[in-house]
Amino acid sequence: MEVNEKIAIDHGLSKDEFAKICKLLKRLPNITELALFSAMWNEHCSYKSSRKHLKNLHTKGKKVIQGPGENAGIIDIGDDDAIVFKIESHNHPSFIEPYQGAATGVGGIMRDVFTMGARPIANLNSIHFGSPQNKKTKNLLRGVVKGIGGYGNCIGVPTIAGQTCFDESYNGNILVNAMTLGLVNKKKIFYSKAAGINKPVIYVGSKTGRDGIHGASMASAIFDDKIEEKKPTVQVGDPFTEKLLLEACLELMTDNSIIAIQDMGAAGLTSSSIEMASKGKLGIEINLNKVPCREEKMTPYEIMLSESQERMLIVLENGKETKAKKIFEKWNLDFSVIGKTTNSKKIELYFDNSKVADVPIDLLAENAPMYERKWKKNKLPQKIKFKKENFKSLKISDCLKKIISTPNISNKQWIWRQYDHTVMGDTIQKPGGDAGVVRVHGTNKAVAASVDSSALYCYAHPLTGGKQVVCESWRNLISVGSDPIAITNCLNFGNPEKEKNMGEFVECVQGISEASKYLNFPVVSGNVSFYNETKDKGIKPTPSIGGVGLIKNYKHMITMDFKNKNNIILVIGKTEGHLAQSVFAREILSEKKGPPPEINLFNEKNNGESVSKIISESLVESCHDVSLGGILIAISKMCIMGKKGAKLNNIKGLTNKFDYFFGEDQGRYIVEVQKENLNKVNKILDENSVHYEEIGEVTEENLTYNDELKISIEVLNDAYTKWLPNYMDN
Amino acid sequence: MKSSVIIFPGSNCDRDMDVALKKFGFKNQMIWHNDLDFPKSDLVVLPGGFSYGDYLRCGSIAGKSKIINSVIKYAESGGLVLGICNGFQILTETGILPGILQQNKDIEFICKNVHVKINDKSNKYFKNIKKDILELHIAHNEGNYFCSNDDLKSLEDNSQIAIKYCNSKGDCNYNFNPNGALKNIAGIFNKGKNVLGMMPHPERMIDKYLSGEDGSLFFENLIGNLK
Repeated sequence: MEVNEKIAIDHGLSKDEFAKICKLLKRLPNITELALFSAMWNEHCSYKSSRKHLKNLHTKGKKVIQGPGENAGIIDIGDDDAIVFKIESHNHPSFIEPYQGAATGVGGIMRDVFTMGARPIANLNSIHFGSPQNKKTKNLLRGVVKGIGGYGNCIGVPTIAGQTCFDESYNGNILVNAMTLGLVNKKKIFYSKAAGINKPVIYVGSKTGRDGIHGASMASAIFDDKIEEKKPTVQVGDPFTEKLLLEACLELMTDNSIIAIQDMGAAGLTSSSIEMASKGKLGIEINLNKVPCREEKMTPYEIMLSESQERMLIVLENGKETKAKKIFEKWNLDFSVIGKTTNSKKIELYFDNSKVADVPIDLLAENAPMYERKWKKNKLPQKIKFKKENFKSLKISDCLKKIISTPNISNKQWIWRQYDHTVMGDTIQKPGGDAGVVRVHGTNKAVAASVDSSALYCYAHPLTGGKQVVCESWRNLISVGSDPIAITNCLNFGNPEKEKNMGEFVECVQGISEASKYLNFPVVSGNVSFYNETKDKGIKPTPSIGGVGLIKNYKHMITMDFKNKNNIILVIGKTEGHLAQSVFAREILSEKKGPPPEINLFNEKNNGESVSKIISESLVESCHDVSLGGILIAISKMCIMGKKGAKLNNIKGLTNKFDYFFGEDQGRYIVEVQKENLNKVNKILDENSVHYEEIGEVTEENLTYNDELKISIEVLNDAYTKWLPNYMDN
Repeated sequence: MKSSVIIFPGSNCDRDMDVALKKFGFKNQMIWHNDLDFPKSDLVVLPGGFSYGDYLRCGSIAGKSKIINSVIKYAESGGLVLGICNGFQILTETGILPGILQQNKDIEFICKNVHVKINDKSNKYFKNIKKDILELHIAHNEGNYFCSNDDLKSLEDNSQIAIKYCNSKGDCNYNFNPNGALKNIAGIFNKGKNVLGMMPHPERMIDKYLSGEDGSLFFENLIGNLK
């Protein structure tokens, strides 16, 4: 079959792109070659809309061993230990088939991490669903949670933290972002850059099937008369095989047999082989008859585009084949020498003794298109004046109960109880806290991780929102007593060909960049997911930030539950009472307009470092950052977790207690301090010019504020915990 | 004391068990499922996880693995065999222990702390243990124990029910049953009480920074009884 423009367009390429391919090749590509181009030049692999802007991210730091551009980022955590981590989206497949979509999302990100020689030690996830009233939401949520659990639980990696949001903008496009942390000896890291010619190229793992063949390429022009091949484009996960692959790879990695290794993720064998060769400035030759297939009569086109899971491509040292084969056979996995590296700088594919593709690597990789998409700047929305009479009939306790039981704030135990969060025996802070914490096995160190997003803020003002998410992550890590080190980002946006969406992307990235630079909190890995759009309606801009921090001595970890009565409760950071874009404004006043709370990076850093300081001097009993819902929600959660009450003092300064209790000003923490330590704490905070106020003290029962609020912790707990299980049961 | 932990492809609590056994003084070795035998041991452990992916049925393929005949022989000769979670499922598949483990009643994986009441102390596992109620951790999708009336009668008559789910005060009410297990059964013995299968994971509760410390109590007591 001869390739033409229509077929190229059916493969997701534009007219111009097809013309460019023909020009570069100086001929028409054949169908297999077109498949290579369509896979490498699509948005997912080429970052053609985002590359220009991603260059502006802050990616360097003293502790960064590997920044963006590899399978995952790597940071130094002292001694010989390093943490490999990354977050990745699996949004589109999860909407079509929630269980398999989410499961293979988890599987894919774990492979990215163990490809580098690291044993995965923790999983996290950020999941976004449509409005709870939307009829699809419940089943999608149930399926995604089962999928994440089904995969992670089977592999035996604890899922230690996560985030779940509901918003109508995800009605037609849910988000499933999965993150994995792995532990590696920093002298034994494996990369994807091939080196040396005539080195054997090895295929290991599962067999290749027709699953996952690129959706865009399931075009009628090719497959119309062959209904049989029209299988779903969602990949099917097999966590058992992944567990075997993990153990086999780590076993092979104990010596220096491997030159380069890369998992077959998006665009499968195509992108893995081309990327390895491209990074090493080499060529690669593959005999497709050697690829283990699980279905009959697969064509070169199908083999190259298959996204079957649990597969790896390895470039081995010469002479190590027998040893490597033995290991993979022990684990009952396929092992096949499918080709070799060459000095041709081309990808050359053979099938049934004839050459079926012959394309210079740089045309597929470096020459991939890069676009300067047009984008529109987003103005800061006008401030909103909330009228006094709006507050007149409101009672604090009613507002509190309502806000704490909203879908986005209420407890998510129904979800994380379905995830094994204790396997591997090192989870010392389970889901539900500010960050999950796992010990670095056999040491005094522990690693904290959290994942955050703030789509409402990003939607109201992308620049501020971008900064805010990074700050939120930083705060969560500080709150558990860790030093924040670096982040990974998953950038979920709508259609980049629309100026508004592209503007949201550009400014969110700018915000992320500014905050991460200021906080010395570099981005070491990530991915971009565009086209989260259905029927012309895009999602709210949703960058998810996964942060990682180090606790040098795990015994000094902090949790958010109040510990003892009579301890003093401090609010660190200034409360201005910013209500616009708050949960209070939305849920109580039905006001969706206005600017998000301002980010003052100086205060953010100063407040955070000061909290770290008092934690490091063992002056803090519990700590929780103030985020969605404001001070009163933060304190309520600390009461619920600690099964303690709190007596709050008269507030000073602000006249409107609703501003004070529910405002979402940034850069704030609640800390619990013993009375005898109060002077020392005050001194440190004063020395650093940090604004703080004593808001009350911990009591045995009830959360109270003058005569205006008295609520038992049981009632509060019911309000906090019942929404999700009730929703799922009905 | 020597112990052996069997690793099946898909086991994922083997390392945790190894760490726990060593912490409390066992000289432990890891045994590969394709081996035909294991060295002389005072305790053999079938760890948790998803042996062979738990495809077909939980534990069923492991119940036919190469190593399992040696485990069965060892158990029949009175050797101590401990099956945790997937290990318990494997033991029921081999027939060493009666009954089956079905999917949890809520059709969901459950990961949380539970309390269990020790029902029998006339055995090497719980003899001398200082508490009657332990706080342990469960993490499973198929922990809903079920057996025939005859088997249940026999379990009860011979005091083979090892532990039952309960609340912190030891009330074994159905409300405190996390998975729908018959009679709140969380673990059972064989007739000789040398084989124990249980759903909770004591190896995940071996220091105070984890979910709790009652796992320590279990292992300390066990090795004490073996000495």
